[in-house]
Order: sequence, then structure tokens, then C-alpha cells
Amino acid sequence: MAYLDHAATTPMLPEAVEAMTAQLTAVGNASSLHGAGRRARRTVEEARETFAEALGARPSEVVYTSGGTEADNLAVKGLYWARRDADPRRTRVLASPVEHHAVLDVVHWLGEHEGATVEYLPVDTVGRVHPEALREAIARDPGNVALATVMWANNEIGTVQPVRELADVAAEFGVPLHADAVQAVGQLPVDFASSGLAAMTVSGHKIGGPYGIGALLLGREYTPVPVLHGGGQERQVRSGTLDTPAIAAFAEAARITTERQEWFAREIGGLRDDLIAAVRAAVSDAILGGAPPQGPPQAPASAPASGSASLLGRLPANAHFTFPGCEGDSLLLLLDAQGIECSTGSACTAGIAQPSHVLLATGTDPDLARGTLRFSLGHTSTTADVEAVAQAIGPAVERARTAGLS
Amino acid sequence: MTETPQRPLRVLAAMSGGVDSAVAAARAAEAGHDVTGVHLALSANPQSFRTGARGCCTLEDSRDARRAADVIGIPFYVWDLAERFREDVVDDFVAEYEAGRTPNPCLRCNEKIKFAALLDKALALGFDAVCTGHYAQVIRGADGARELHRASDMAKDQSYVLGVLDERQLAHALFPLGDTTTTKDEIRAEAERRGLAVAKKPDSHDICFIADGDTQGFLASRLGKAEGDIVDESGTKLGTHEGAYGYTIGQRKGLRIGTPAPDGKPRYVLDISPVNNTVTVGPVDALDVTALTAIKPRWCGTPPTGSGSYTAQLRAHGDETPVTAELADDALEITFTEPVRGVAPGQAVVLYDGTRVVGSATIATTRRASAVA
Repeated sequence: MAYLDHAATTPMLPEAVEAMTAQLTAVGNASSLHGAGRRARRTVEEARETFAEALGARPSEVVYTSGGTEADNLAVKGLYWARRDADPRRTRVLASPVEHHAVLDVVHWLGEHEGATVEYLPVDTVGRVHPEALREAIARDPGNVALATVMWANNEIGTVQPVRELADVAAEFGVPLHADAVQAVGQLPVDFASSGLAAMTVSGHKIGGPYGIGALLLGREYTPVPVLHGGGQERQVRSGTLDTPAIAAFAEAARITTERQEWFAREIGGLRDDLIAAVRAAVSDAILGGAPPQGPPQAPASAPASGSASLLGRLPANAHFTFPGCEGDSLLLLLDAQGIECSTGSACTAGIAQPSHVLLATGTDPDLARGTLRFSLGHTSTTADVEAVAQAIGPAVERARTAGLS
Repeated sequence: MTETPQRPLRVLAAMSGGVDSAVAAARAAEAGHDVTGVHLALSANPQSFRTGARGCCTLEDSRDARRAADVIGIPFYVWDLAERFREDVVDDFVAEYEAGRTPNPCLRCNEKIKFAALLDKALALGFDAVCTGHYAQVIRGADGARELHRASDMAKDQSYVLGVLDERQLAHALFPLGDTTTTKDEIRAEAERRGLAVAKKPDSHDICFIADGDTQGFLASRLGKAEGDIVDESGTKLGTHEGAYGYTIGQRKGLRIGTPAPDGKPRYVLDISPVNNTVTVGPVDALDVTALTAIKPRWCGTPPTGSGSYTAQLRAHGDETPVTAELADDALEITFTEPVRGVAPGQAVVLYDGTRVVGSATIATTRRASAVA
């Protein structure tokens, strides 16, 4: 079995499992005043400190949520409402068109139901938002921008955004910038303080922690309107009893993955490079999606250099391909039959293949966009996984081409 | 199964989300085949901005099919064949009604979708066969060729809607329910035993792309109102209709004719003429058909030569009736031993030799015992 879908979810780290199971049998609500409550609170707050340190944030900037989707909802809806409440003119929302649905559907909903005017920022052929594009969009009317949201790294094609530069632009105009960093943590150096972001989303199960836990790192000057109202936990911003076992495990996962990030980028990135080479050797016309793995970012000549080239490029564990003349679903079926587990892009609940909005945003032809596969590696990936793909991909593509685009 | 395989096949099981196809897939897997489940997304209702082609009723059926596949322990995919289905089945259905004929979309779907679009893709992807929950049997004849036969239990037989399949299609078809002699309740019990949650799901019937069962409403929305005359056999106007496509030959109810027939007997639709948008009604005796011509024949094996005696079935749940049939210039001339009623152009006639399906053709014209004006 070759599991190459770590961007969907990655196995829990043993240390995280240990931290979680140690807490599962202990009683105590972290909001209670008695001994059991104090014990739980100590666990939660120590975890918060560990988590914050791992991501360059202050403990008070950590707002625990039920996962990445909730953190994205809280950031985008909450900041939109708060900024509009402070000044009713602020109804413009700027978003990249390559966001995950947990952001994309939220801004769309704000447009449909909350009077927001949603503007999608232009991206280049690798899906990157250039700081000048953000500047131009804000400068059209700086006074009516509620917020901007641009993901740190793309979950499908792996392109890394120039977050620091984008945040600088937003800060010039006093506009809060949110970034979904679900895919970035553990793969790239992620430091909330130096990023300049107002808010940043992290998910537990994408970094070796448990499902059902996530966090919004939230600058202390921001008070988004809550999505969940209740007991007033987490700075009154996110109510709900804290999940002590999950929070303990999440902190362990964050600590370990960020400690190992350089190792990950080097070793798993090396495996990923081998996988790209193997696929290209087997299928000469395979098109690598997103930014190239090494060297400076691909940018149109007209676009200004965005700097910080060392942070750019693509996620070290992501390899995204388009196979002309193939249906991605056919490839998935053929590879699955040989024990290779990957994906066509992001999961679709009904299971019906749609051309990816990310590829369409980068200007990919819709027919071409149907023939994609995403291989995403992780901390348990091995050379055997890469070899399995190297063996299987050529015949699978050949067969899928015979089946064609039905 | 009607044929014990020599080797495990790679089987693509079409899973509608219903109990029959789920049990069929489970039986195929249990027989040792390497089975992959696929649900065909056939309806395309544009929904939210990101979902695109996704039918809402399909969503629940696809979930049921996925649950069944998970329980059986086989991979499962959803294939979007909505565009092919719309072109080959739905548009054809509407066009046939518009032309005054009565089509059978299930036959058409088997011919063009399940055992064409789906089978072709399956074969290209390296599968050996497509498996469905139809009640029919594929048997190897004396000469080694595949023959399609009625299901063991005549009451559940669905060979009529498979009568359009040729030998190549049959060679890649697997009908694990074909030898079932148990009742539907027992199929449900089997599903229950296998842990399939669809065990209690109600049977689907009627036309899958008309979810509310209102065929007339569906046709009206596609074809619009077209008022015309309802006349008797002599051409005397008895009333008006809102679209000739809304009528089927043999129909008695819903004619909304104010004046009763002179003899007081009920009147039936005898003829539909889309050219002058007229529906002709008359007494039940005038429905008696003695012979018909059917076109576009498809044969399960070698086409018959000369005149021969067969039985014919004219509707999905109809009885069989003895006929003589002869192929002339690619048209099938069929003469009934005893007159039959309610035969409509557009319907399929399926010929049987005993339990074996000989072939099928589409009814083009009928000849009545008493001529219709």
C-alpha cells in the first residue's frame, strides 16, 4: 500500500497519540474551578504555550476551534462582521480564487447573505497572488475593505504565496489579512509574529495531530464576531468546552512537526523530487502543476519580483500533475486497484469529478483540468511509495487514455 | 450465477443505490470476482456555484450505493454520465413522445448507457464485465455463443429491457440475480443478512429522471402546450387536448370528453397524429391489433431467416403472446395468432424462443382488426 494522500490527512504522530490517550481518562472541564478543572486547565494552557511557541505566536493569540474549516469561518465571517460593525462602508472582501472551499464558500456566502462585495484577486499561471495585485485591489477604495484572505500554500497544486509581502501591503492600508496555513505548517517555516498576518488557520489532523481540532491564531487587537456563541471560552470569540485530550495532542504534533520542518523539507522534499522525476520519465507529456520545486518562482515578466524567494516555490511534499487526454477519476481507479492512494485534487463529497477551481483560476483549459492527480507525501512516506508510482503510472495513463474523456 | 466462471473476472458493478444492484454486486464479490462499484450520476441539476452537475436525488442514491460498496468491501466511484444520458435517453424520450410514439427509456438506457458508454469505458479501463441487478440470465448456448434468457422466476424477469443487447454486449454482462427463484422479500432478507442498509429501501419504479412520477407534467414542461382536437373514428370533434404527446394508445382515463359514446361504452385512445395534432378515440374493440411492423431490429446472436414461430412481449410487465415473425428488408413483420390490445408505436417488441431472447425491434406501425379512420 502506498499512501500518497497526506494532504487529505496524515497519520498521527506516536507522541500525539500518547499525549491524547493520557488525557482521555482524566476528568475535568478546563473552565471549572475545582481541582479536576484546574488540572485540565493546566494541561490546556501548557499545550497552548507549546503550540504558540511552535508557530511564533503568543499563547493569548491561540483560539482553539474544531478544525481548519471552523477557523476559516471564524476568521472570515467574524472579521467581516466586526469590521463592518465598526464602519458600515467596509463590505468589500478580497480573496484569492485558489482558496480552499472552507474560505471560498464562506466569502461566497457573505456575498449572498451579508451584503459583501467579493473580489477575487488575480493569480498567475502557478496560482500565485502578487503583492502588487493586492495593492491595486485595496487602493481602488481602501476605506471599504473589510478583510483580505490568501492561503499560505495551496492544497491542490502546492504553490506558496508571498505571505509576508501581502501582509505588508494589507498593513499599509490597515486591512486585516487572513491566511489559511493548514497545508503550510510542518512543510514551510511558519512564524505568525513575523508573518504580519491578522489571523492564521491551522488544522490538527494535517500535521500529525487528531481530527476535530484546529486553531485560529488571532492578533490580540482583533475581536471577530463569534460564529459560535455560548460560555465565552477562548477570549469570548469561540465558545465551547475545551477538548483537553485533542488540545494536548495537537500541541505535541505542532511542536514536533515544526521542529522537524527542515528535515521534512529536505528528506520528504527529496522523495517528492524523485516522484516528479519518475512520473516525468514514465509519461513524457505529464504537466507539473503549480510552481517548480526549485529555483525562483515562475512569474510573468510584467509582474514585479515578490522577494523572499527562499520561502516561495511549492510545498515540499506536493506533486500535482495533469495528464492530457485522461480522466483523473480513471487514473484514481487504476492506481487504487494497485494499492496507490492519491487524489485528483480536493475531495468532492458527491464524488462527481469537477474541473478544479484552482486549475481554472490559473487559466488551465477545462478539459485538461479533468486529468489531474495530486500525490502528497508525508512523514511516513518511503522510497517504496515512489517506486510503486514509478511502476504503475505509465501503464495507468496509457489505459486511462484509451478510456478517454467520457 | 448462471455461468460458473473459470477465473475471477474484473467486474464493474453498476450500483443504483437500490437493493437489487447492491445484492448483485455482493454476490459477484462473493463468487470471487474482483469487483469495483460505480454509481452513474445521470441527472444534471445545476446547484450551487461550485457543485455544477449534481442531482439532488442522485446524491442520496449515490450515498446509499457508497454505503453498500463499503459494506461489501469494494472500491466505489461515481461516474458522471449525465450528458450522455441526457442526449441518448432523455432527449430521445421527449422526441419520441413529440412524434406521437411511446418510448421505453429503460431499454434505451441499457442499450446506450449501461451496456455502451459504461461498458466501453469499463473495458478500456481493463474490466472484463459489467454487473447489474437485472433479473435475466446469460447462458452459453450449444455453439458456445452467449444467449440471453428469461430469469428463473418469470414474475421478476427483466429480459424485456435487455432485449436490445447484442452478443458482444452479453459477453461482458453479469446478472447475478438471474437465477434467483426467491421472492423480492427474500432478496431484501439477503441484503439484511449481508448488512446492506438498502435492504428496506422502497423499490424504484417508473422513470428515474422524472422523480415525482408526473410524466405528463415533465413532457408539458419540455414541449409546452399544444392544443388540438380529440375526435372519434369518423372525425367528429369530441373535445380538446393540451398536447397530443400527453396520450398513449390504449389510454382510457383522463380523456375529459364531455359527451358519452352513443353506445355508452368507454372510449380509448386509438391513434395519435402529431402531424395534425389530433387524438382519435373509439371503442375498445378498435384497439385490437393483428399485425405490426417493427424497425431497427437488434439480435442476440444470428438473425432469424424466413418465417418463424415465436412468442412476443410488448411491454416491460406484459404477457407473452404467440406470433409469427419474418425479417424483410431489415424490418420485422409480426403477425399475432390472436389479436392484442394497446400496442403503441415506439414500444419495443421482444421476440422469444422459449426462454431465449431472439431479438428486439421498435414498433413502427400496427394493423388493426377494424381500420381506424
